[in-house]
Parts: sequence; structure tokens; C-alpha cells
Amino acid sequence: MTQKNKLLRIEDLVLYFNTTHGPVQAVDGVNFELDSNRAVVILGESGCGKSSLAKAILRLLPRNAGTYSGRVYLDGKDVMPLSEEEFRQNVRWASISMVPQAAMNALNPVIRVGEQVAEPAMVHLGVNKNEAFSQVKKMFQHVGVPEDFISRYPFELSGGMRQRVAIAMALVTSPILIILDEPTSALDVLTQANIFNVLKRLKKELGISFILITHDIATSSELADDVAVMYAGQIVEVNDAYRFFDKPLHPYSQKLMASVPRLHGTKEPEFITGRPPSLIDLPKGCRFADRCPARFEKCVQDPPVVEKDERKVKCWLYA
Amino acid sequence: MVSAVQTRDTENDIRKVLLSIDDLHVWFELRRFGFGRAGYVKAVDGVTFDVHQGEAIAVVGESGCGKSSLMKTILALYKPTKGKVVFDDKDLAELDNKGLHWYHSHVGYVQQDPYGALPPFMNVQRILEEPLIVGGIKDKEERAQRTRKAMDEVKLTPVEDFLEKFPHMLSGGQQQRVVIARAMIMGPKFLVADEPVSMLDASVRVEILKLLRGLQESHNLSVIYITHDLSTVSYFSERIFVMYAGSLVEKANVRQVLDHPLHPYTMALLTGTSEPDARNAETFKELPPGEPPSLVNPPTGCRFHPRCSKAMKGLCEVKEPPDFEPEPGHLVACWLYQ
Repeated sequence: MTQKNKLLRIEDLVLYFNTTHGPVQAVDGVNFELDSNRAVVILGESGCGKSSLAKAILRLLPRNAGTYSGRVYLDGKDVMPLSEEEFRQNVRWASISMVPQAAMNALNPVIRVGEQVAEPAMVHLGVNKNEAFSQVKKMFQHVGVPEDFISRYPFELSGGMRQRVAIAMALVTSPILIILDEPTSALDVLTQANIFNVLKRLKKELGISFILITHDIATSSELADDVAVMYAGQIVEVNDAYRFFDKPLHPYSQKLMASVPRLHGTKEPEFITGRPPSLIDLPKGCRFADRCPARFEKCVQDPPVVEKDERKVKCWLYA
Repeated sequence: MVSAVQTRDTENDIRKVLLSIDDLHVWFELRRFGFGRAGYVKAVDGVTFDVHQGEAIAVVGESGCGKSSLMKTILALYKPTKGKVVFDDKDLAELDNKGLHWYHSHVGYVQQDPYGALPPFMNVQRILEEPLIVGGIKDKEERAQRTRKAMDEVKLTPVEDFLEKFPHMLSGGQQQRVVIARAMIMGPKFLVADEPVSMLDASVRVEILKLLRGLQESHNLSVIYITHDLSTVSYFSERIFVMYAGSLVEKANVRQVLDHPLHPYTMALLTGTSEPDARNAETFKELPPGEPPSLVNPPTGCRFHPRCSKAMKGLCEVKEPPDFEPEPGHLVACWLYQ
């Protein structure tokens, strides 16, 4: 497959934050690709830099952002050289939109939800209010919010409905890619399952691609075509969902998988001893080595990314 | 230190009943413009169960089903509208202030959000000493000793490294350990854990659950574990109570509920719970439509009937189902099993 066919290709993306203790290496040389109408899950523990990765892709940088480099190809075109204004007009929300973490609690409490959802359409596509509202109605239908909710206020909606509204807000500009940051972490089981039904339907009906950022392995399998595992600012494994959920390659992924509690079966879940390293003071060599059950002499050096039948793993075991 | 793991009784009857809840109702009055009654929020509406000494049970339900009100009534923070909570043969409603003091020293509470539950201006030592001071332990040496013992038990070691730390300096897992140590420091007989791991990372969750179970076994504690996540339940509790709209719809031991659920709502909860499997992405889940009902005007008859695909017309919406026992020890409030 030529590179042109990839919807999104990220090469060597780096995002550091400046702090008084030194740079925080939140995203440190991330590479991955995404085909159109596919969903990739970025799995990792809190503090591994997965939310920063989303911000780096959308160029939503906080004030203390330091080094920010790498290439982001969208439909074969590098968007990193674009000026801030060009990026805002052509990429952010126009092509890639996002449902940030806890978006359902970030709705403005004094503005009707319909208007809040219409706003991105008016700002980014420049359509008038009537057109924007008819677009909102369409999106509400897609995400399963009754049409008359358009004139309600956020407090009149349940958590699940508010989360659907937040998804509609990301959809309203008809982007080709949506980044979802922990879209269901605060929701109940049935609501969670409902939201994933909605996301699956959107993928099927509208052909949208997703980047799903989460620490919840079990629910991530509801949407995943591909899985990328992130640890201490780096991607340590890229795999397709079938092979990943069956038998992950990297020792960290294996440990993560073993920590998932199961409904059936008698296998006790395990936990990973130790804590992830600080992103300010990273160890040399493999960053997981301290907690790794399979470590050996070579692990003091930085492991290469090994490609193994279309899967990638950053580990000396496979080199 | 954690002593030898005691063998669990499978035969519940021979253990002493520690906490007994009998037809508990907790209603909150709604007022119109500050006066005049506008109705009641029936948060807990007829709940009955027993917890034996050394038994771990789980109350499973979605937010708004009344599980937190149930918990707070058990902790004697709310007064029951009707019904009784009996702890160690004493009715909580009849306890005076001194009695409540006694009760609270026998019950530990593990909060959901560890960071919110710890005072930000106290260091770990102060946080753990507080219950001892309130409990009237005046000897400084003894307080220090018990603090260390509690920290040892929750594996906040080396103790010296943590004594002086403030909550914001700790990771989420460590904060939750402090919360557990605080709950354990008075040597309770009974622990209420309200979603103790829902705010934590997946890998830390298992660690904390195992810690809680270790404590439960070594101290022969009774534990009520409140959660919405069925997948963590089987590693922790012996019996599950499924709660929907203020009442318990299914009561049975863990394996019965997880492997052979009877109530349509329990089945829906199990369908909604994911297991890591790539095939999930290709299928849509069959879920009950709608959302849990308002507790002000719950549906008549069975409260689940408007969302239930198996509802029987003329029965489910008319009469509230009593508990049926289609198999020994497996109680279900559903007309399908009459």
C-alpha cells in the first residue's frame, strides 16, 4: 500500500513541556499510521502521555509546551508546516475533531445544547445558523439524541445523553477523523455499552476513523481495529486487534492484559509491580526494564522497533 | 502484619450475622418552594439482607439506583424512613451519641475518590492519627505504633518515607492505600467500600482489590463492596446483590449471578460488560432501551418492566414481583420465575 492511502501518518512526533524541573517528555518520538475507516486504540496508564499525544496531533498546545516537532501527514499532506491560521481553518475540527476527556461535564451550563453543538459548524464551516441547526439535527439522529433535546440545557440531560451531545459536537463539521479521549470512563456500564454502539454505528454509516485513547482494555476492544500501546511517552507495540487481544507481544502489553479482571474463568488478575518512570527523569535504555519480568542484559540499551509480520514492537526480545 | 489467610466458610449459616438490614426504606422529601410536600425521592425502597461476620458482599447497580443512599444509611449518616439496620444485635436508630461513637469505631469507610477524601493540608501521619485522637487514644506512643502498623498492613512501606507526605505528593494508588489504612486503624469489624477502585488505573485496580481482600481475610472482616463494575466483583465477594431503582432485584452467590443470571436486568448488565476480545468490534450489543427511571415516580409493578424485553402484559406493570427462589440460595424478584 502506498503512503498516499494512509489517512493519517505520524512520524517521530515529539512534544515536551517545560517545567522548573526540566522538560517533561510527554510524547517522545511517536510513529503510527491509520487507514481510513479504521479505529486505532492508544492504550496506556495515566501519565504515559496518551492525552498529550492527542493534543500534539490537534496542535492544542498548552502555554508551557517546549519542543514540538515531527511530521503529521493527513491524507498524504504534511500539516506540521501549516501556519496556526491555516491549521485552524483546514485541519482542526474541519478534518480532525476531538471529544476531550470529561467533555460531557464541560458543556456550558447556561447555553442550550443545540447552540453549543452548532457553534463549531458556524465557526469552522462558516454556515449560517439555520444550516448549522439542520446539521445539528442530523448529528443528533446519528448519535441517538431525540431531536427536541436541541433546546434543552445540559443539566436537563443524563450523563449518557450529555456524552452523546459531546460526540455530536465533534461530528457536526463532518470530520474524517475523531479523537476520543476516555469517552466512557465516567459512565455506567449500560451507558458505556450504548456509547460504543453509537461509535460503531458512526464508523459503519459515516465511514469515520477513530483514535480512541483509553486505559480500559476491555472496553477498548469494542471499537479497536488496531492497538498501539504507549508507555512513558513512547509507543511500544503496534498490533492489529485480533492478534493483540489474543497474544500481545511486548512484556508490558502482556502484563496489562493479565491485569484485566474477567467475568468468567478462574484466572486471577495480576498487577504490575512498580510505577512508571517520571517523564522528566527517564531511564536510559528500555523504559519498562525496571518492571519487566523478562529483562536481560541488553535492556540497558534503548531497544529498536522490530517489525514482525506487520506488527511492531519496541523490545529486545524480538530483535 | 497480614497473618495467615483464614479459610472461608462456604456454609453461611454457621457464621454470626453481623449486620442485618430489614425492609429498609430511605426516602427524601421533595419540597415545593421550601414548604408543602411535592413527593418523595424513594432512594431505597424495601431492601432486606444479612451480612455475616467475615463475609464479603457486593452491591452492584448503576448510578442513581440508590446504592450510595443505602451505604450512607448503613454508615448511620442517614436515618431510615422505615425499616431497620441492626449491627451486632443493636438497632442503629436506637443508638445515642455514645452508641454512634462506638458504632463508628467498628465500621471503616473506604471512599471512592481518594484525593477528595483526604484533607490536603494534613500529612499522612496526621490523617491516620485523627481517628485515634477522636477515638480517645491519648498515648502518643500508642498512636504512633498503630499508625505504623496500619501503614504496614496496606504496604505503604518504608513507613518513614510516607509519614511526612501530603496527599498531593502520592500517586492515586498510594492515596487509596492511605484511605484504606485510615479505615482500618480503629480495628473495625466491618468495612464499607464505595467503588474503591473506579478512579484508579487498570493495573493499580487489581493491586488495591487484592489488598482489600487480604485485609478482609486476615482480619475476618465483613465487607460491603459497592460498585457498578461486575468484572471486579468475582475477585472480591462471595455474594452479589443487584440493585435497580431502589430495590434489590437479584441476590445470589457470585458464580450463580455471573454464570447463570436470572433477572433480565442482571443479564443486561452482563451484556454491557466487555471482555477484551477483538470480535466485540464487529457486533452491536443488545441493550435495554431507555434509562433508569426517576426515583420520584418509579414505574408501577416491576420497576424494570418498561425496559424489559420479557415483560408480560397485565402482570409486570401491575404487580410488584416478590422474591422467588428458582434454585437454592438464588433469589430473584421477577415474575418469570413464579
